[in-house]
Amino acid sequence: MMEDRITINIADMRLARSPAVFVTFALGSCVGICLYDAVEKVGGLGHIMLPCRPKEDPGRQVFRYADSCIPEMVKGMERMGCPRCRIVAKITGGAKMFQIAGDGGFGNIGERNLEAVRNTLAELNIRVVSEDTGLNYGRTVYFYTETGTVLVKSFAKGVKRL
Amino acid sequence: MGLKDIGQLDETRLDVLKEIGNIGAGNAATSLARMLNRKIGMKTPDVRVLEISEAYRAMGGPETPVAAVLAELRGDIGGIMMFVIRQDFTRSLLETLLGKKKSGRGELDEMERSALAEIGNIMIGAYAASIAALSGLTIQTSVPALASDMVGAVLVAPAVEMSSVSSRIILIEDAFLSAGRSVSANMILMPDIRSLNRLMNSLGVA
Repeated sequence: MMEDRITINIADMRLARSPAVFVTFALGSCVGICLYDAVEKVGGLGHIMLPCRPKEDPGRQVFRYADSCIPEMVKGMERMGCPRCRIVAKITGGAKMFQIAGDGGFGNIGERNLEAVRNTLAELNIRVVSEDTGLNYGRTVYFYTETGTVLVKSFAKGVKRL
Repeated sequence: MGLKDIGQLDETRLDVLKEIGNIGAGNAATSLARMLNRKIGMKTPDVRVLEISEAYRAMGGPETPVAAVLAELRGDIGGIMMFVIRQDFTRSLLETLLGKKKSGRGELDEMERSALAEIGNIMIGAYAASIAALSGLTIQTSVPALASDMVGAVLVAPAVEMSSVSSRIILIEDAFLSAGRSVSANMILMPDIRSLNRLMNSLGVA
């Protein structure tokens, strides 16, 4: 079957129906959030950079932050006919790419991103069914809306299936 | 009025950064030549302000393997500097700089990694020194950290660590010259916005 490949850039998000395939390249500390409804075969992939949207930021950078991107994804999927209780999440990324000796706080943004993603999903009652997160390497993510499968590719670990 | 974002840098301010780039490259060539006891030249660097996605496109796409050396700036100027080189250029750089033919092709070994970290450290130090010399401000750099991975995964680090309001970075494209060869590499400068304003102020272009 001809697949319909959709590339998600940094601080962007898209929703689509099967047979769409999403790809987002080279997540470092950024987090990729894959939401899926297996009945409607509707999926969404968001690529966030930072945990929380600052109060002074006008609405234009919604997909840059975990706490504003995920609610938009869920709203969009509900509009496409996916009841909230059927939506599940797979999350990837949130690595610590650089470790600076003598500065423990440096590079913890990946961890803070993951925390914000998990908290936001929990508030929306969306279950995380699997994840490949943390550690210290970059990841490219493929998300197949036909099956809900997520493939994570990295130089460090090859291909991992979620 | 100070700048709120790197994207607001106008021609005058960009010229200042270009000058910093020039002096930085000159300093770097001198330091490398001294360390390696060889003649090292550097071309006049190209300085641009780019979106992160444009920057990795310029470096061969998001999954291009690179080596990156990152250090924090402290003192009067806070921020991050990062030296980035494509993995397929690293060996060539080491050969060009060290003047040795390497037989290996795959992953960098421990010696090569530490040589690369040291080159990155020298580059960062040279650029920091050029900013300090031009502005009269004091700048220290942290111990550097090395990562070798996809360019997309490392290029985001300076912007997110600064919680930058945009995804723009200052990209300085360098070219090292030695014994008739040229190898290109990049420096990324990501001052926090307060420091960028302080720097421009100290140079009289506020």
